[in-house]
Parts: sequence; C-alpha cells; structure tokens
Amino acid sequence: MSWMAWTLPTAIFFTAIGLALVGLTVLEVYRPTERVRGFLPMATTRGDRFFISLLSAAFIHLLWLGLMDKGLLVVSGVSAVWAALLMRWG
Amino acid sequence: MSSFKPKNNRAWLGVLPVLLIVAFSAVIPLMTVVNYSVQDILDFNSRFFVGFEWYQQTLKDPRFVDAFLRQVVFSLTILAIEVPLGVAVAKGIPKDSRFTSLILILLALPLLIPWNVVGTIWQVFARPDIGLLGWTVNALGIPYNYTAEPLHAWLTLVAMDVWHWTSLIALLAFAGLTSIPTPFYQAAELDGASRWQVFRYVEMPRLQGVLIIGVLLRLMDSFMIYTEPFVLTGGGPGNATTMLSQHLATMAVGQFDLGPAAAFSVIYFLFILLFCWIFYTSVVRSDDE
Amino acid sequence: MMNRPGLSRGVLIVYGLYLLLPLYWLLSMSLRSNADIQGSFSLLPPTLTLANFAEIFSNPVWYEGFANSLSYVAINTLISLAVAIPAAYAFSRYRFLGDKQLFFWLLTNRMAPPAVFLLPFFQLYSAVGLFDTPLAVALAHCLFTVPLAVWILEGFFSGVPTELDEMAQIDGHSFLYFFMRVFLPINRGAIGVTLFFCFMFSWVELLLARTLSGASSKPIVVVMTRTVSASGVDWGLLAAAGVLTVLPGVLVVWFVRKDLVKGFALGRVS
Repeated sequence: MSWMAWTLPTAIFFTAIGLALVGLTVLEVYRPTERVRGFLPMATTRGDRFFISLLSAAFIHLLWLGLMDKGLLVVSGVSAVWAALLMRWG
Repeated sequence: MSSFKPKNNRAWLGVLPVLLIVAFSAVIPLMTVVNYSVQDILDFNSRFFVGFEWYQQTLKDPRFVDAFLRQVVFSLTILAIEVPLGVAVAKGIPKDSRFTSLILILLALPLLIPWNVVGTIWQVFARPDIGLLGWTVNALGIPYNYTAEPLHAWLTLVAMDVWHWTSLIALLAFAGLTSIPTPFYQAAELDGASRWQVFRYVEMPRLQGVLIIGVLLRLMDSFMIYTEPFVLTGGGPGNATTMLSQHLATMAVGQFDLGPAAAFSVIYFLFILLFCWIFYTSVVRSDDE
Repeated sequence: MMNRPGLSRGVLIVYGLYLLLPLYWLLSMSLRSNADIQGSFSLLPPTLTLANFAEIFSNPVWYEGFANSLSYVAINTLISLAVAIPAAYAFSRYRFLGDKQLFFWLLTNRMAPPAVFLLPFFQLYSAVGLFDTPLAVALAHCLFTVPLAVWILEGFFSGVPTELDEMAQIDGHSFLYFFMRVFLPINRGAIGVTLFFCFMFSWVELLLARTLSGASSKPIVVVMTRTVSASGVDWGLLAAAGVLTVLPGVLVVWFVRKDLVKGFALGRVS
C-alpha cells in the first residue's frame, strides 16, 4: 500500500467523509428525508444539500488559493457557515 | 428513473458488483490522487507533507491558466457551431423517405471512428503538401499551414471537432423532431404561423430535452479532449493547442511530477464534477416532468 | 410544413459532403504507394495498390497490435456487461437506499477525464502486477464503460413494462428462470447496443491504453502513433491502418442502427 502514500491529514479527511456518509445513511433509515424547496432554485434532499455543501466548499477554497496567500482558516470557516446554511434552509 | 417503483433494499445485491469494480477503478485512484496532491514525493520512502502548496502553485501557474482558458474558448466555440448546425442538419433530414436510414447511418459514421484515427484522417486531409484540404486552400492562393501557424492549427482543430461531433447533435435533434405529432404542424399552419414561429413554438419545446443532453455531453466530452489534438497537432505549434488533458498527461507521465500533477488532477476533476451535477439535475428534472 | 424549405435540405447536402471528403481522402491515400503520395498532387490515386494493406497483414507489429487491442476490448466488454446487467435491472425496477446518489456517482466516472486517473492507475496496476497485460487496460477502461453500460441499459429496461415481471411470478417461475429465459431475450436489442458502445469506447481510447501497456501488449492505437521513422511518416501505411480500424464500427452499425441515438444519449431519449 506504500504507493498510495497516505498522510495523516488526508486520512482524517477521508475518514470524516466516510463517517458523514454512514451518518447520512443511518439518519435516512430512521428519519427519511423529503425533497424540500429552500432558497436553492430546485427541490433538494438532505444528501443533495450535503453534496452541494462539499462541492461549494471545494470551489470556495480553490478561489481563495488562486487569489490570496494567507488566511485559509477563515475561508474554511466561511465554507462551514455556508454549509450549515445550506443544510438548514437550502 | 421514474419514482413509481417498489422500495426494496435487496436490490443492492444487483448493484454490488458494479460498486466493487468501480470502487477499484475509481475510488482508490481518486484517494491516491488526493494523497499525492498534498505531498512532495521524491520516491515513496521520502515524501513530505506540503499542504495546499501545489494547488496554489497550479492555480497561479500561467501555463495552467492558459491551458484552462484555451479549453474554455475551445469548448464554447465548438458548442456555438455544433448546436445550431446540428439542428439545421436535423431539419434537413427527410422524416420518412427510403433514404432516411441511409442518411442517419452516414451521419453516424464519424462517431464510430476511433479518436486517434479521427486525428489521422484530419492530418492527411489538412496537410498542405499531401492533403486534399490543405493543398486546395493553398492552390486558391491562401497560405495555409496548420503545423506552423497557431491560428490555422486552431481552425483545423475546430473543423475537426465539428466534423467529428456535429452528427451527435443532429441525431439527437432528429430524434426530438420526429417525436412531434403531425397535428401540431397542421394546427400551426391553420393559425398561419410563420416558419420561425413554428420553429420557436412547436419544435423548440420538443427539442429542449434532447438538446440539454446534447449540449452537456458535448461540453463534458470536449473538456477532456485529448487524443484528436494529440495526433493532429501534438498541442503545437508551441503550446497553441495544448488543452487541459494534454497538459496534465505531459506533467504526469512525461515529467513525472507527482505532486503538481495530482493537484492539477483534483482541480480538473472538481470542474467535471460540477458539470456532471448540472447535467444530472437537469436530466432528472426533465425525467420527472 | 409538408413542403420542406430547400434551405435546410441544402445544409444537409453541404454537410454530407463535408463529412465524406476526409473519409474519401483516407481511403484514397491507403490505396497509393508512398512515391505517389509524395509525388505530384492528384485527386484520384494514379495507380491503385494494396501494398499497404499487405504490409499490415504480414508484419507482426501491426497484426499483433490489432490482436492486443481486440483482447482487452473483449475482456472489458464481457466484464462491463456482466456487472452492468444486474445493476441496471435493480435501478430500473426498485427504489433502494442511496439509489439516486449511486446513479449519479456512476455518471461522474463516465465523465471523468482519463488523464486524471493516469497517475494512480500506473502505480496501482504496477503494484498489483498487472502492468503491461490486456487485463490492466480492460479494468482501467471499466472506469467509463461500466457506468456507460448501466446508464444505457437502465434507459432500455425502464421501458419494459413491469407487468412482465409480475406475470412470470404468477406463473410460478423462479426469478432466475424469468431473468435468464424471459427478460434477457426480450432485451437482446438493448444488450446488443450496449455491447456495441462498450466495444466502441474501449476501442477508441488511447491515453490509458498507451500508459498501461509496455512492449509486450502494445495496442493498435499506439502502433499507429509510431509510424514515424527516420525516413519520415509512412502516410500510406498509416491511412491503411486507419481504414482497418474504422471497419469494425462500420460493419456493426447496421445491426444497432435503430438504437444508436439512444446509446449516444446515454439511454435518455426514446
């Protein structure tokens, strides 16, 4: 497995995503989601909003990395707040 | 996928083989790419964590930005030509003559040709010394040489892609047009609708669904174009026709820069993921309607 | 609107010519000797020769290239169909936990640029000892052929009424009997088209095939990129090889003509 070149941060990252997926699945079994219409232009399920959160977080980070040098933690914070907004009202 | 289906979680058994094989060929490699992208790898025993450095370097690298812009210009250009042309060609296909099948198969021909052969075909077709197109254009007194002039290389590349893929749009649009019942046309005629009005209010609504599919497929596939320009121009002259995939392939297997190439791959993949999600959402939406 | 305007018919004819000219040129090149190609320019071959084709059929580098390509394409097509048929049936007949997400995730693999997977594939297949074998290329191509097959087949299977499944149940047949003896034969057209598309997309791919094959399994697409020698490019030979790689697609297309469009649209149009 040495060719995969694991590092602690990426391992944590993928574990977190894996756990989130497991969590969403468990939640889906006990409290099935409904397609609801929030401030997004289309009706979304919980999983949809989770995906949109991740993808937009990635693009927010890319934008920052391309334009600025410092303060990445601030951006991560902004992404987290945006994700929370999406999950609740998206 | 319509939603009037019984719920049955045992259906997972049917999906499991696909899941395993795609996990092997997609999930493990993608995780590996992410791992590589945050490290400086000399060999697998001496590597250092560098955080987002490669991402920053890639995003600020003028060669990446140039390849990206080139890619966007190329994709938009071919869409702007292929979509209207494809619809126009589809409108010219007779709906029920004995030639219909023959015309459809003829149109499908370029789609069935291996991509590197498409490059080869255009190479022999466009070369100024031995190619029919290149020779003719030069004989008409217009100096044309796609291996030396960036603009000519671009025009040739666009002409090749139009040749290769307009048929896809035409075939899709034809499928959409044939689904319009004749009474619709008769009603429009009774109302005295002009040819433009018929197109706008009768044909366009029916074409919308297939055209969304066509446009998004073309957008995504043109975004990963590699083989045809690789064979035709090799990305040159200079870097004039080097698109994203070729730039990446040079970094990955040409120079073996694991870290930067991996960061590039992740960024590239994120864009495809975005397009893909738009495609899926719009297709599912039109399925539901 | 029965008397169609001449304008769009004109577009069709002009476009048809544009389509055929490069193809004619490839064919005409393949029938010329290199001396004729390099010599004075002419629309028709001055002398017809089959020497280029003879060279391909007698030189092991060329015909082994064809054999190598065909072997990984065949393995790939078999794997793809074997795993995609049950999956497409599941997607078309049932709702289950995570079905939509899974379906979307499959699509992302069809759309992912092979260049992105270049780096890890090279490491992965070297690590498991498959590098430079047809199986490596076949598995790598599964990345896009499996999702393609699932999407196309799902589109076709969804069009088959579910009453069929229920009737078989009432008749007391086992599910396996129904699936193998009733459902698959009814859908043989769909399976044919899917087969064709897996074949096609594996046959045309260059980047992964080139990266994952070394000296002993060189596919035809790679052999073709290496016709450049010290004496320049052997255009006649290259054109002949081009003609030969186009043939399989052209020969099969007649059988799948009805469903070709649906295949290209990932099974999304009826």
